[in-house]
Amino acid sequence: MEIKKTALNNLHKIHKAKFVEFAGYEMPIQYEQGIIEEHKFTRVEAGIFDVSHMGQLFIYGDQNLTLELEKIFPLNLKNLKINHSKYSFLMNNEAGIHDDLIITKLNDGFLVILNAACKDNDYKILRSLIDNKYKMILENDKALVAIQGPKSVSILSKIINGVENLNFMSGNWFNYNQSKVYITRSGYTGEDGFEVSISNEQAEKFVKELMENGSKLIGLGARDTLRLEAGLCLYGHELDINKTPVEANLKWAISKERVENGGFLGSDRIKKQINDGVKKVRVGIKPEGRIIAREKTKIFNTEETLIGEITSGTFGPSVNGPVAMGYIDDKFSKKDTKILLEVRGKKYPANICGLPFYKKSYVKGATQ
Amino acid sequence: MSEVKFSKEHEWIKLDGEVATIGITKHATEMLGDIVFVELPEIGTSVDKDGNAGVVESTKAASDVYTPVSGEVVENNQSIVDDPGKINSDPENEAWFFKLKIKDVSELDTLMNKEEYDQFAKESSN
Repeated sequence: MEIKKTALNNLHKIHKAKFVEFAGYEMPIQYEQGIIEEHKFTRVEAGIFDVSHMGQLFIYGDQNLTLELEKIFPLNLKNLKINHSKYSFLMNNEAGIHDDLIITKLNDGFLVILNAACKDNDYKILRSLIDNKYKMILENDKALVAIQGPKSVSILSKIINGVENLNFMSGNWFNYNQSKVYITRSGYTGEDGFEVSISNEQAEKFVKELMENGSKLIGLGARDTLRLEAGLCLYGHELDINKTPVEANLKWAISKERVENGGFLGSDRIKKQINDGVKKVRVGIKPEGRIIAREKTKIFNTEETLIGEITSGTFGPSVNGPVAMGYIDDKFSKKDTKILLEVRGKKYPANICGLPFYKKSYVKGATQ
Repeated sequence: MSEVKFSKEHEWIKLDGEVATIGITKHATEMLGDIVFVELPEIGTSVDKDGNAGVVESTKAASDVYTPVSGEVVENNQSIVDDPGKINSDPENEAWFFKLKIKDVSELDTLMNKEEYDQFAKESSN
């Protein structure tokens, strides 16, 4: 199958991106500056991320659609205000995670942002669950551009007036160059920022304007180190079909009232796990030295019994040291528990730690 | 001091008497990206030509370091362990990896000179 390209592919080339294939797309892993500089720039200034490979699924319908979606997602969508967003999951009946997503209530339906590698499968699952009278469109004509970092609000508001009034995890329609764009105040880097859904035709012009105002293109490499420092999960690593949101320590994203009353996909298992506890749980892990424990690194207790596995691990440029997340036997999940990580046949000391590794600076309205 | 030679695994080696200094090439660092961790062979260990002699890790992945010739490690560069970023900024000089008392000088003959290596690096990155 031919590799897919986003509307910004040419701009990435001009800015000397190194490309990788990701979920069938040719995506920039880094630019000339390199991952560390790009990461730090995002934390201090504002970075631009092409996330057009992600799925933008519009589902159109009235309040009956809301009820239908509540049978799927563990959210109180009835009470969700228009233009407000929630982090959630598409699960199977056993609460295994098909995908993690952001769902936003619109005037005439919902917008669901899906992971690139999962979007086609998500569409099939949702289409089979949702009545055919509700129109569903998985966008091909729209780019998705994230601008992330403390200066993103000052930069974006110069180009699109009014975005400064958005609260965290809310959105609205704005005008850009005589066309409508949907902007949410959200992101996945642990920084304040926005995600802009914009037509493919306008995307390059828009990104160039962001750059003229002091922002820079940032690759997927830095996106990964940024999200890991922020303690955020990545599908295919921390989350997959064999893990549940409770095991992933994402209970906060599930409506308590919905757990009480059930009636969404996986609700029985979620309720049971919340009440009875889980065997394995996602934790933050900080190696003591400089050793980097990458995905699939085995975790042992101090008696050298296997107790878990790393799901993501790298060097955190803002933390200036190695950081990791993994799943561990719940008995050893308490903060400051000493563990051992097996890297290239040798065991290295590490500690269970709280998340995030790097403190977030989301704006008002921030929850978690 | 002899000329600098290069291996297909992107190491450089410079012989001074019977001691050789070994590091990784600028081309290697460009392929790896930002280096954030390095593990060096301990002083006193014997290493065999093309055998494992350390690890470098970038933000993206871990890669083995090989020794282009056999010998005994007589020195390793702790300054790059403490500050792996030096490997990106000065790979073919200050950020050497280790020094070997070499076993067989003729092993150097199997390696490339600068011109041959530059050509090899150009071809292997295409």
